[in-house]
Amino acid sequence: MKSRIRINVVSALTLILFVIVFVVPFLLVLVNAVKDRQEASELNLSLPTSFHLVENLREVFAARNYMLVTAMVNSTILTVASVTGMVIVAAMVGFVLQRRSSRLNGLVNAAVLMGLIVPPAVVPTIWVLQSIGLFKTLPGLILVEITFGISFCVLLFRAFMSTVPRELDEAAIIDGCGPLRLFFQVIMPLLKPTVVTIIVVQSVAVFNDFVHPLYFLPGEENATVQLTLYNFMSQYSTQWNLLFMNILLITIPPLIVFLFFNRQIVAGMTSGAVKG
Amino acid sequence: MTAAVSAELRAAPAERESGSRRRSNYLAKAYPLWYYLPAGLLFLVFFAIPTFASFFFSLTRWSLFDWEFIGLENFRQFLSEPQLIGSLKNTVIFGVLTSGAKVVLGMGLGLLLTSQIRARGLLRSLVFFPVLVSTIGVGVMFTTMMHPTDGLLNTALAVIGIEGPKWLADPQLALISVALVDIWKGVGLATVIYMAGIVAVPAEYYEAARVDGSGAWSTFRHITLPLIRPATFTVITLSLIGGLRSFDLIWAMTSGGPGFASDVIASVVYKQYQAGFYGLSTAGNVVMFLVVMLIVLPLNHFMRKAEVDQ
Repeated sequence: MKSRIRINVVSALTLILFVIVFVVPFLLVLVNAVKDRQEASELNLSLPTSFHLVENLREVFAARNYMLVTAMVNSTILTVASVTGMVIVAAMVGFVLQRRSSRLNGLVNAAVLMGLIVPPAVVPTIWVLQSIGLFKTLPGLILVEITFGISFCVLLFRAFMSTVPRELDEAAIIDGCGPLRLFFQVIMPLLKPTVVTIIVVQSVAVFNDFVHPLYFLPGEENATVQLTLYNFMSQYSTQWNLLFMNILLITIPPLIVFLFFNRQIVAGMTSGAVKG
Repeated sequence: MTAAVSAELRAAPAERESGSRRRSNYLAKAYPLWYYLPAGLLFLVFFAIPTFASFFFSLTRWSLFDWEFIGLENFRQFLSEPQLIGSLKNTVIFGVLTSGAKVVLGMGLGLLLTSQIRARGLLRSLVFFPVLVSTIGVGVMFTTMMHPTDGLLNTALAVIGIEGPKWLADPQLALISVALVDIWKGVGLATVIYMAGIVAVPAEYYEAARVDGSGAWSTFRHITLPLIRPATFTVITLSLIGGLRSFDLIWAMTSGGPGFASDVIASVVYKQYQAGFYGLSTAGNVVMFLVVMLIVLPLNHFMRKAEVDQ
């Protein structure tokens, strides 16, 4: 009885603390996004005296010749294309890497590890992109995003492949399956849980990425959503309501993903934590 | 008898050979090596080549179109200019501070959220959600909260009679303030990693400890702590790798300022790139590479050894 009271007290205190630390900052964004310009500049948590939701929304979208609309289109293309590419090329690597030990295994494993640890060299990457004519283009950025995501995906795919029985491959081959059909029609469907995990984790990562678009896709017509926020920062140093509205808008996609795929995200991000 | 054995011996190599050929045939058919090709090509073009090129171009004065070899001049400049060497120091401080705090807080929260506490699901979601929010968004959010006079933090502190510090405007405190925000954003990941590690500890161990009359602290010290070591290693490695190359949060909150007080290597790389000093910028990249390697690789080695000993 006494311990139950103690648990309740600790729970209540923890909840209050968590709300203050982790909810109040988002609340600040929310209330200020619907205030008018003058009221938002006070930067406080008071409830808005008048609501300007639609007005602020319209103004944020219309700013700089509807840059945010372009940016949303760009970010969507970038995210979808990059994540699709990552899943396909990394699954192929993870599949062969786990199934077949060849002289390449050591090299591939070392490359995966390097890909996780080594910070990318920025200007030389621009130099490479420029010499193949992909600098300042969306396809160029997509290829770069795929490259930087491969290592993480390969690790996950390799780990999951080891739970898929080899007998399945053998049976498929005996039944006359070619390697492509074996991979795409037999193995890929079995990898679905990992594919879902990778899709959610990496789409959040690519959507939120700021550094790579900043370097490899400069220019207003190419902006991604993270860059619009950054650009608005200098322009709207006095219009906090619009800045907050922009934050609110770009927080909604990750929030939706979080609400639906909480379990997969946590699974993907903690994989390897237990084994080391 | 002997004849039979020798016949078998003689037959064996041939058979083994044909068997292994059949095996490798099968492997080649089912798991073709060209599956490495698409990923390998991308990795080569957009990662390996730039990385190797960076070692060369860090030794040049470079305009993307032509270059002039200047030896170690860029590195000399990097190590002699106070603001550049300061960025090196800041990078290490930022990396060590954030990863240390994430270990301590993540472990504490992990223990708390795997205990008997109520509303675990809600609490876990609250602590984890910031991980998924845009770093730039978080940066803007906390820049307003850390405003010296109007910010939420200092107005709240004023209510309880404390005059809050100037946070980002104070050169002594700017880097620490950004590190605090980085911890706020990243602690959720450390927490869920620790939670996964903690629930993987077999319940029998706790049972045995209880039977032996072990108290809460000694159970933690001698059972939980050693058995969640893999989680600790993961958290340290991940947050160090992330912290040492950290750029977006710092750029969004202070742009390296006030002055150069919160510049890290990654922000210097960007500034020099913007200024058109591509060689110097690339040298910064190489310095960052070396820092990451010098810290992460020995640590990784040490941690693996500790795991084997255990």
